[in-house]
Amino acid sequence: MDLRTATIDSIRSALARREASAREIAEEALRIAREENPKTNACLTLAEERALAAAARVDEALARGEDPGPLAGVPVAVKDNIVTRGLRTTCGSRLLAQFVPPYDATAVARLEAAGAVVIGKTNLDEFAMGSSNENSAFGPVRNPAAPDRVPGGSSGGSAAAVAQGIAVAALGSDTGGSIRQPASFCGVAGLSPTYGRVSRYGLVAFASSLDRIGPLARTVRDAARLLRAIAGRDERDSTSAFAPVPDYEAAMSGDVRGLRLGLPREYFEGLAGGTAAQMEKARALLASLGCELREISLPHTPYAVPCYYIIATAEASSNLARYDGVRYTWRAPEAGTLADMYAKTRGQGFGAECKRRIMLGTYVLSAGYYDAYYLKAQKVRTLITRDFLAAFEQVDAILTPVSPFPAFRLGEKLDDPLQMYLSDIFTITASLAGLPAISVPCGRTPEGLPVGLQLIAPHFGEPLLFRIGDAFERAGGGSL
Amino acid sequence: MKITEQEVRYVAALAHLELGPDEIRRMTHELDQILAYMDRLRELDTENVEPMAQVLFPGSENATLREDEPHTPLSHEEALANAPAAGAGQFKVPRVIER
Repeated sequence: MDLRTATIDSIRSALARREASAREIAEEALRIAREENPKTNACLTLAEERALAAAARVDEALARGEDPGPLAGVPVAVKDNIVTRGLRTTCGSRLLAQFVPPYDATAVARLEAAGAVVIGKTNLDEFAMGSSNENSAFGPVRNPAAPDRVPGGSSGGSAAAVAQGIAVAALGSDTGGSIRQPASFCGVAGLSPTYGRVSRYGLVAFASSLDRIGPLARTVRDAARLLRAIAGRDERDSTSAFAPVPDYEAAMSGDVRGLRLGLPREYFEGLAGGTAAQMEKARALLASLGCELREISLPHTPYAVPCYYIIATAEASSNLARYDGVRYTWRAPEAGTLADMYAKTRGQGFGAECKRRIMLGTYVLSAGYYDAYYLKAQKVRTLITRDFLAAFEQVDAILTPVSPFPAFRLGEKLDDPLQMYLSDIFTITASLAGLPAISVPCGRTPEGLPVGLQLIAPHFGEPLLFRIGDAFERAGGGSL
Repeated sequence: MKITEQEVRYVAALAHLELGPDEIRRMTHELDQILAYMDRLRELDTENVEPMAQVLFPGSENATLREDEPHTPLSHEEALANAPAAGAGQFKVPRVIER
């Protein structure tokens, strides 16, 4: 078994045949991480002690003849805005460079309870704000497929770690596309589940009405297995849903005949860099599998970017208010008065993108502008959601590109925030509506850059996303 | 112009965010562009549209209530472990009241 390309099944069978112990797998994963990480900067912290302890629990369970769990021995990486007890959690921010959380996020606890081995924490845009991973205080991540290009963001480190061979799967977070877009740029599968499907207890808050935790993996099936382990009601997150967690494996029948897929015309305009050609091949493959493809319209799509960046920044400006130099490790050294301490700590601690979003969010919530921007955006959010609900009366799922273009060059959009925001155009709509959406690899451009297709389903429609994504993958969609 | 340097300084003060003169200039330019783009939303008639604050699913009104059972909270030591300054079981901040 080569861990760099392994799936959950290959680890399961290696353990079952006693070809390797969980400890040996964990040691090998850590060795690969030490060797590979300097090429991309995907991981910020390696969790050697924690990984070996988790592997030992799996080996002990196996020795006792007990079931070590559905994810036994699987090396996973966790985005560094998801807290891990005793393991530094930086959020990619200078402010939290030394922050060591006193508790575990529910998603992490559930992964480990299922036997997974957390091997490290992954790089990200500061507080998950960005689309290129260039906003990390600890340096950008390079795309494993093309080192002069970005891996996407904000879960760029998680996507790169899975693509590069460091981790078999990873957790990311998605607020406006932060799992799906890096998954597409790096050529892995990534799911943003229905809002509320996975507990956010222990996810450092960015925009609370949008934030979700989800899996990235080398196959759709592996993403489904991670979701199965982390999904479900958690009384520590009052927004987590009560809906029962279905058996996603059972949904992946390979049969997608007769499913109606809608292609919204607004999502096929202005595609660049070979994306249109890959989408055309994907469309043909799905048609050959028996899906019924039809053009639809989501007419409010052109308003999604302004709507999202008003709501997300407004919520961010509130959520980031807690970084005031009192509780979270870093305080500007020269602060005199209390007010001075707040302003200096935040002014020196936050990077440029966080400051921009705090400023935008504070502005759109401030007296005189609230109705014109924030309230207006909330109403437009209703219109965008209604577009989807109307579309789902005609089709079972929606098919779009994840991004208008493949991975761009490091630095290419860094000085133009508006252009960077526009790169999220196809992912933020499902975020605003709270819908589940998956990015599935759909081959590479002639330049060798991965392209992802996005499938969007009605609320709690993850089984359908996995069913279509898995069938597409098994039919060779990943190497179109 | 959607926003002036003076307004940027005012918003920065509301956000307790210290910005240098260069940052103020750059921020004014960037916010101006972004806000102009956001004005697109005005094209839409939202007169009779309900605002959407949260993604909500049907459930009973008391669904998120749980039994009031005691749990073990974080200890003082754990809660204060990340404080830049702590003492006597409290977070310490610069003096706010003069003697």
